[in-house]
Amino acid sequence: MTMNTQGRPTASGTALEVELPTISGDRGLDHEEALIFELGREGVTGVDVPQVQMSEERLGGLRRRGPIGLPGLSEPEVIRHYVRLSRMNYAIDSGLYPLGSCTMKHNPRLNEKMARLPGFADVHPLQPQQTVQGALTLISELMTWLTRLTGMPAVAMSPKAGAHGELCGLLAIRAAIEARGEKRNRILVPSSAHGTNPATAAMAGFIVDEVPATDDGHVDADALAAKLGSDVAAIMLTNPNTCGLFEPRIKEMADAVHKAGGYFYCDGANFNAIAGRVRPRDLGVDAMHINLHKTFSTPHGGGGPGAGPVVLSARLAPYAPLPLLVHDGNELLLIEDRAALGKDEKPFGRMCAFHGQMGMFSRALTYMLSHGADGIRQASEDAVLSANYILASLKDVMSAPFGEGPCMHEALFDDHFLEGSGVTTLDFAKAMIDEGYHPMTMYFPLVVHGAMLIEPTESESKESLDRFIHVLREMALEAKAGKTERFEGAPRLAPRRRLDETAAARKPILRWKPKDLPQAAE
Amino acid sequence: MRYLPLTPDDRAAMLRKIGAPSVDALYRDVPSSAVVGRSAFDLPDTQGELEVERTLSRLASRNMAAGSVPFFVGAGAYRHHVPAAVDHLIQRSEFLTSYTPYQPEIAQGTLQYLFEFQTQVALLTGMEVANASLYDGSTATAEAVLMAQRVTRRTKAILSGGLHPHYAETVENVAALNGEVVRAPVTPGREEDLAKLIDDKTACVVVQSPDVFGLIRNLKPIAEATHAKGALLIAVVTEVVSLGLIEPPGHQGADIVAAEGQGLGVGLNFGGPYVGLFATREKFLRQMPGRLSGETTDAAGKRGYVLTLSTREQHIRREKATSNICTNSGLCCLAFTIHLSLLGEEGLTRLARTNHARASALAERLSNIKGVELITPSFFNEFTVKLPKPAAGVVDALAEKRILGGVPASRLMPHEHDARDLLIVAATETSSEEDCDAFAKGLAEVLS
Repeated sequence: MTMNTQGRPTASGTALEVELPTISGDRGLDHEEALIFELGREGVTGVDVPQVQMSEERLGGLRRRGPIGLPGLSEPEVIRHYVRLSRMNYAIDSGLYPLGSCTMKHNPRLNEKMARLPGFADVHPLQPQQTVQGALTLISELMTWLTRLTGMPAVAMSPKAGAHGELCGLLAIRAAIEARGEKRNRILVPSSAHGTNPATAAMAGFIVDEVPATDDGHVDADALAAKLGSDVAAIMLTNPNTCGLFEPRIKEMADAVHKAGGYFYCDGANFNAIAGRVRPRDLGVDAMHINLHKTFSTPHGGGGPGAGPVVLSARLAPYAPLPLLVHDGNELLLIEDRAALGKDEKPFGRMCAFHGQMGMFSRALTYMLSHGADGIRQASEDAVLSANYILASLKDVMSAPFGEGPCMHEALFDDHFLEGSGVTTLDFAKAMIDEGYHPMTMYFPLVVHGAMLIEPTESESKESLDRFIHVLREMALEAKAGKTERFEGAPRLAPRRRLDETAAARKPILRWKPKDLPQAAE
Repeated sequence: MRYLPLTPDDRAAMLRKIGAPSVDALYRDVPSSAVVGRSAFDLPDTQGELEVERTLSRLASRNMAAGSVPFFVGAGAYRHHVPAAVDHLIQRSEFLTSYTPYQPEIAQGTLQYLFEFQTQVALLTGMEVANASLYDGSTATAEAVLMAQRVTRRTKAILSGGLHPHYAETVENVAALNGEVVRAPVTPGREEDLAKLIDDKTACVVVQSPDVFGLIRNLKPIAEATHAKGALLIAVVTEVVSLGLIEPPGHQGADIVAAEGQGLGVGLNFGGPYVGLFATREKFLRQMPGRLSGETTDAAGKRGYVLTLSTREQHIRREKATSNICTNSGLCCLAFTIHLSLLGEEGLTRLARTNHARASALAERLSNIKGVELITPSFFNEFTVKLPKPAAGVVDALAEKRILGGVPASRLMPHEHDARDLLIVAATETSSEEDCDAFAKGLAEVLS
């Protein structure tokens, strides 16, 4: 055995074939972590707040009577807790994140730095407007980018996420229809739509009418035309659609709904495939939300916050919600009161307190200025190119239901290639975890069986794509050859094995409770 | 372009593999009438970090940052000191750049902090269960009203006149579609008689405490009156730090609590993103909107967490879902929960006490100015004073002196004539003695 001068062995030794369970339960860099409530103690704090004597209380006799029950921890304990938790998460920064329809692209750090400038982050929404002209200018600049990229004349900035934007768009449509003295209560939604579309339509008081898909993954334009009538308020289409395909008959469908007196709401979740190349206005769109957290790369943050500004056609612009940002020739004004508006403007209401996701606006504008119109176009093209590269490289071993022609920014596969192998889409996806990848979107869209929707985005190098393709090819070949070992019970190498979701739903435990309190029964 | 890894050679090789002559061929389904060139957009081209940073910094410098002046603005968003550890931790890649935890085996970090967040929110509000956040306090309130309409199968929502007007408008926006929304008259500085408005069509009564003027409301009598008619009481809290000192709504009979969590960890951000807190009774669980993280075990028997009860949600239930919400406020939840973990019981209690003491002292000082009258007999860290002239002009004059001296009530309720002279003032631990001195002196000057 090689020794160094201190006598310490420097050779690697032999690897154990079977991993011994550890005494601590931790495994090297993988630490188990208790709940914060199991770690804390009374009388400890991580923030030094001065002890204040209250001479007189003005709480109206409603002072809290009992303790809250929060644990006490010092700063180092808190930091260690969250750092350990963070290490149990997959992230774009650590690997390819091919979640179709979710657009997990790189999040530039300049965006984070800009959003934290005190002039944006430390400004109150109700400060006098003359003290926030820079912030209003930022919003106005972002509005310019969004309207020019889409070719639409107006944009409502307050919606806080994509689904909130959908609601905003449908409420504008509802207001426009009511202003015409009409009643239209039906919205046509394709079977391939995101779940938010029908949920939003119902929330906005409409009846959802489903339009089937054709065998080639498009919305059935003929079936859609047949459903149009004087009670149809709008069609709600995603384009490119959730199968990753551009709707070739989009213009025809838009014209048809317009002719029938309805509106075209476009789900803009997939705008990142066409931004800088195609303007939604030219497709006949009346309203479309833009997920700033997808196309313009504000970080997903484990599930938000997002932002969902809605661009509006000239026919819908008068109904945009409060507040409105206008330029009076002198300075920018945020109009928060209906009475301050001219008679041509008829806002349908207010989506939320204040005026939108400023922290997302500053990040998105930073992204846009960095990329420029040319960079945004290139990003869209690279996203589409990368998805097609994956489709072309995998369709001989996996089954691509619509693989004949090109796709847009995501490549859709189904589970046909796994038939008879005993391996399911779920097994295949979970086995990717052991290979170091986040799974693709699975079982969505609903129009194909066992869907696997892969969106690589423009952020991957060719080497990264090639490695990913290699792994998926080998996995597909093994599954087809009946070598199912790595799929059974996968993942084996993640912080957790498969979790029992059925048990979680049957007897929900939704919060920590001290041991002596019973957990809630159903 | 620094963010795009593909080289021209890569692109050419990839096109060869695809068998397409050019990228344009991949866009073949786009109608030719909709194909535009680069010049169609009239937007600038790529810029380097330095140039972009210069542009954004110039815009930022044109705003009066709260931390640079004596600052007393509240009315739904509050300035608190956020410990440095919070921003450091939320910028860890594994939190910042992960998606909604749909693959629990590799998202335990997010799922566990959401579970802890739900527990903290339930404890603070005195409720049994809480969800993993909604967008903000106003949309949480709107969701609460929709939920009450589902639970009671009734249509009418009664909103207290002390509810933040932006919240009331947000509720009207969705709850009036399939129901009726009644707004009680505005009664600055005192409680209105809500009981007389409740009838057998009433699904819920919505009361904010402390209310938009800062007044602490006693929820118990309203809860009794509401329950007597088979309706639900929705309690709204816009300043979450108040729960460190005030009896929680859950202990006063509230059925749903909708709150703004911005005051912990999140910051002002010119209005967003914030974090909506939503808590309720166990028996209404299946009618709740939003995501839930629940405890379970994995195949090896280890404790773990998953998103659960998703049959309530849009991706499963589509048009029958309890809400259309998908993306919520994940990273803001994280900021909130870290800040609260750092504070703990003792830190939060002390922080709340400091806030109340600061506001009490300031209220005392301001009401000693000639013509200024304190109209909120009880309050937490925000109160309302009546001035001898319209408050909007006073606030502008103070801003000229580089003092951000509160929110004129007329900005929130321009048509309430009686609110014209009212100024809503917030003081937190960030309002120093010197700031309060400057404010009192400035206000006296402006009024003299």
